[in-house]
Amino acid sequence: MVIGKTIGDRVFEFANSLFMIGLIVVTLLPFWMCLVGSFSDGNEYLRGAISLWPEGFNFYNYKVVFMDKTIYSAFLVTIMRTLIGTALSVLFTALVSYGLSRSNLKGRNIYSVFLLISMFFSGGLIPYYLVLKQLGLIDSFFVYIIPALFSVWNMLIFQSYFREIPSVVIESARIDGAGEYRIFFQLILPLSKPVLAAIALFSVVGHWNAFYDSMIFTSSQSLETIQLFLYRIISNSSEAAGMAKAAADAVPVGARKVNPETIKMATMMVTTFPILISYPFLQKYFVKGVMIGSVKG
Amino acid sequence: MKPFKISYRFKAQFELQSMVWPGLLFVFIFAYLPMYGVMIAFQQFDFFTLIENANANIFKIFASSEFVGLQNFKEFIHDDSFWPVLRNTLGINILGLIFGFPIPIIFALLLNEITSAKFKKTVQTVSYLPHFVSWVIFGGMVLTSLSADRGVVNAILVGLGLFDSPVEFMANPDYFWTVAVVSGIIKSFGFGAVLYIAAIAGVDQDLYEAASIDGCGRFRKIIDVTLPSIMGTVVIMLIFSVSGILDTGFDQIIVLQNSLNVEMSETIDTYVYKLGVGQMRYSYSAAVGLAKSVIALILVFLANYLAKRISGKGIM
Repeated sequence: MVIGKTIGDRVFEFANSLFMIGLIVVTLLPFWMCLVGSFSDGNEYLRGAISLWPEGFNFYNYKVVFMDKTIYSAFLVTIMRTLIGTALSVLFTALVSYGLSRSNLKGRNIYSVFLLISMFFSGGLIPYYLVLKQLGLIDSFFVYIIPALFSVWNMLIFQSYFREIPSVVIESARIDGAGEYRIFFQLILPLSKPVLAAIALFSVVGHWNAFYDSMIFTSSQSLETIQLFLYRIISNSSEAAGMAKAAADAVPVGARKVNPETIKMATMMVTTFPILISYPFLQKYFVKGVMIGSVKG
Repeated sequence: MKPFKISYRFKAQFELQSMVWPGLLFVFIFAYLPMYGVMIAFQQFDFFTLIENANANIFKIFASSEFVGLQNFKEFIHDDSFWPVLRNTLGINILGLIFGFPIPIIFALLLNEITSAKFKKTVQTVSYLPHFVSWVIFGGMVLTSLSADRGVVNAILVGLGLFDSPVEFMANPDYFWTVAVVSGIIKSFGFGAVLYIAAIAGVDQDLYEAASIDGCGRFRKIIDVTLPSIMGTVVIMLIFSVSGILDTGFDQIIVLQNSLNVEMSETIDTYVYKLGVGQMRYSYSAAVGLAKSVIALILVFLANYLAKRISGKGIM
């Protein structure tokens, strides 16, 4: 339906577009300034005025970041927890959700109520902490994996997807003599790739960004995740200064080119890099994931 | 034939049950045991209890500990940090809700008016981005942007003549709430709009045509057609936001907090963490955490009641 646009319409559309461009700028500017700072010469950066382009473009900040040995261990811990944690939690949550989505499951209603109550009530941080302590999970790598194995929220998303699978498919497999586990692994999982991908992606991002658990439940340096490493650098300027000092001792030439601020920015860019490069390709799956979840909710 | 059928069904059901039980056990351990553990809020369980009962099972200590009634709650109310902590928790979160709740809706409505599909997609994609980086990274960028000597925010404000000289935002407690609320909104408005955008896309196009025929302009259509059509989503989201109102923000607050602004930045979550995990005052901090849950529960019922009164829709 085409109706001539009035002047008011045109003014509104122009102002609206301008507003949206403003929003893009506000959202991207912190990322951009951080990127610019991370490639800047440390001394130039402190002296110069604000600029939208690196001053004295160089890679020294990144060199300093990668000279620090703890960042490698932090990356390793984070990658391990992301891979293991995601694989196990997606599989485990999917299995439980599948069982619960079957209408012939005895006790299904009681089970569902039991699980749903846990979404609305919790014991709070301290009792939870004490339970983890009793289980020996405090300051253990498994605190990243085990408490994240199952999520009632993800279960609801899985269930709403599994319910869409025609029961005829399951019945015919059963008649062919397949057991429940075989049906799940060979029939249901291959049919559920979209929802598996969506949940796995959320889980990957969750594990990669998780900071709370390593901050509260671990204390060993060897269990530090990349987010906790970054938090240490950001919240404590002497940490970044220490990195700069260590680098200066190792490579005297580059010492003048870094300062704690630019090192912080380089660390932030390194930490967020995996998200930034995969984001344009993956973001549509995130939106799909939310949509699958909202069908029921 | 019949015995075969029963054993077959039992076997099938056993397999099916065995898929579900581990999940129930998991939830029992990680959700119900902590709920049982809430009783320490009414006991005197701390560092010394752990030392005295070095090898005892924590649950046995729970069960055998003496109850002290509401003593921990009284102690919290009379503590000097009570008012600042309560004020900051409610202040930051309620302001965050008042400003943060409508913005994704307004954003979704305005985005819907953009005619170029490609531009729309680009704006949407960019707006989600901050949701997918951690608070540590985003908070780090906020700190960098707000710094007095090289921060882009100070450069803009001074450039526009709003401030005479750069301000140390993070060193001044007066700015903390504003920083927390605004940074929270920037991080979450885009992803928060996803459901509204979907709801708007689902509005019956005939309604718009009918409205056009009736002579409605663009704004009348937004107010009289789009908004009522997505009202159900709005109410559900509002109740969810209220129910999570006191939960959110540990990562954000702990990243933005420093010793200079702690007076306006200490919330119940950070306080519980510092006293409970840091100082091992388990019973006291569990009581503080429980007080938070009770306040949150009251707020949910209040929100549901108000939503029902105003729009006739609620979730309970």
